[in-house]
Amino acid sequence: MIQLQNVSKTFVTGKNKIEALNDVSLEIQKGEIFGVIGYSGAGKSTLIRCVNLLEHPTSGYVFVDGTDIGGLGSNDLRKLRRKIGMIFQGYNLLETANVYDNIAIPLKLAGVPKKVIKERAAKYLEIVGLQDRSQAFPSQLSGGQKQRVAIARALAHEPEVLLSDEATSALDPATTDSILELLLKVNRELGITIFLITHELNVIQRICDRVAVMEKGRIIEQGSVVDIFTKPREPLTKQFVRNESRFKIPDPLLKELLSTGELVNLTFLGESAKDPALATLARKFDVLPSIIAGGIDQLKDQSIGNLLVHLKGETGKIRDAVDFLQSEHIIVEEVIG
Amino acid sequence: MADFLNQWGSAIWQAFIETMEMTAIALILSVIVGIPLGVLLILTRKNGQAENQTVYAILNTVINVIRSIPFIILLFLILPVTKAVAGTTIGVQGVIFPLVVSCAPYIARLMESAMLEVDRGVIEAYQSMGISTPKIVWYVVIREARSSIVLGLTIATIGLIGETAMAGLVGGGGLGDLAYQFGYTRFQPDVMYAVIIILIVIVQCIQSFGNAFARRLKKN
Repeated sequence: MIQLQNVSKTFVTGKNKIEALNDVSLEIQKGEIFGVIGYSGAGKSTLIRCVNLLEHPTSGYVFVDGTDIGGLGSNDLRKLRRKIGMIFQGYNLLETANVYDNIAIPLKLAGVPKKVIKERAAKYLEIVGLQDRSQAFPSQLSGGQKQRVAIARALAHEPEVLLSDEATSALDPATTDSILELLLKVNRELGITIFLITHELNVIQRICDRVAVMEKGRIIEQGSVVDIFTKPREPLTKQFVRNESRFKIPDPLLKELLSTGELVNLTFLGESAKDPALATLARKFDVLPSIIAGGIDQLKDQSIGNLLVHLKGETGKIRDAVDFLQSEHIIVEEVIG
Repeated sequence: MADFLNQWGSAIWQAFIETMEMTAIALILSVIVGIPLGVLLILTRKNGQAENQTVYAILNTVINVIRSIPFIILLFLILPVTKAVAGTTIGVQGVIFPLVVSCAPYIARLMESAMLEVDRGVIEAYQSMGISTPKIVWYVVIREARSSIVLGLTIATIGLIGETAMAGLVGGGGLGDLAYQFGYTRFQPDVMYAVIIILIVIVQCIQSFGNAFARRLKKN
């Protein structure tokens, strides 16, 4: 659907050169929700703007549906942009127009017939749940409602792809959840591919199929959300994931636990979550597991269980026990003081 | 009072009409020139949608130069051009051209600052929807800035009324001229006071109307 090949972007301001994107390659499949996560300044915004050429790459190629969009004339580019909807952190609605006009005006400017505009405005206002606010002005709406209007405005062009530039970053957690639900619905029911950027792991966790992690203009790691959550490789990825799901143990307790055995972090997912693995440890290996902490992360399609377990027993037996856990598809990480 | 009205009523009325005439015609022409200039300024400035440093620099300098010259000097400075453009340098017809030359760059500046207030993000959103720049200028930038545009035009109109006072020097007539000729030169201060009161009322009305209209356009 969308392919970025070796995309680089350098901004020149006076004598300073800023490399916002450095040789970025990505592929977004039709129908998926793909997320890019990174701290601010990592180049995410520049990256997403390259997909509809709001920002022109300094080098590299962007393909949408197989077309190299860098080679499009301004007319074709405008047509292409109508297939790519975009929503923003700041909503970007017309303050002087009511909800209905905010959806209708861009359609009118794009040359959509009047009758169709009416139908679409009604249809998408209903999808975002604002059918009774069509006469309200943006200043009378909450942040979440404004974002819903922006989503309806983008959807009304019936795009194949929706780009989301930090769409939930200005919203409180409850509103964020409701907007994420809406994006999931848009993806599932309308079959729209979503490419989003965010600095919140929660967004990736809740709705994304695949994720790329960005740092200093580069993609440092990418893969399925489950893989990134269970087997993060890069330090930054680990930092994002651990902030969310790992347990913090006070130092004195950690020392005490390590002096009497080993401490392991177990990650369960899919099949591995169903067998009573810990109970087996005590019986088969003469290792006594005690659970220090635990939690569940809900991903889009599955959940991941995390347990911090203290294993007490002879060193050799603990090794056997760990091997057994790994054979049960549990991801085991030793916690060191 | 009745004596005063009998003696001066028709002269004041005549002058009032002349002032209104000069202001209205000059304003319309200035808007026709000034708004496109303002649009050109925001389009060609740095990070504008049609960034062009040369065009912006030239425009910017010309506007600054014209705005540095006091109207009364400008009036005489461009006499030959006025003659060529308007066919005459005297009367209402002769004063419209210099008024426009003075007012249009002012309006361009006011329009530029009004339109700069429009959130760049909204413009970007419309670009992302495949809307062409001319349509964005009209339906997004001017629409979103319309309240500030009206306030700017209100300021420009009031400035224009002030400038028409100097039109008397080239026989343009108007309230300012009346106050000067009779009130000052012929020592009839009551004429001057009457004119001042009328001018205050006009300016108050225009400002109040402008404010009310701008508020209505804001709609939020």
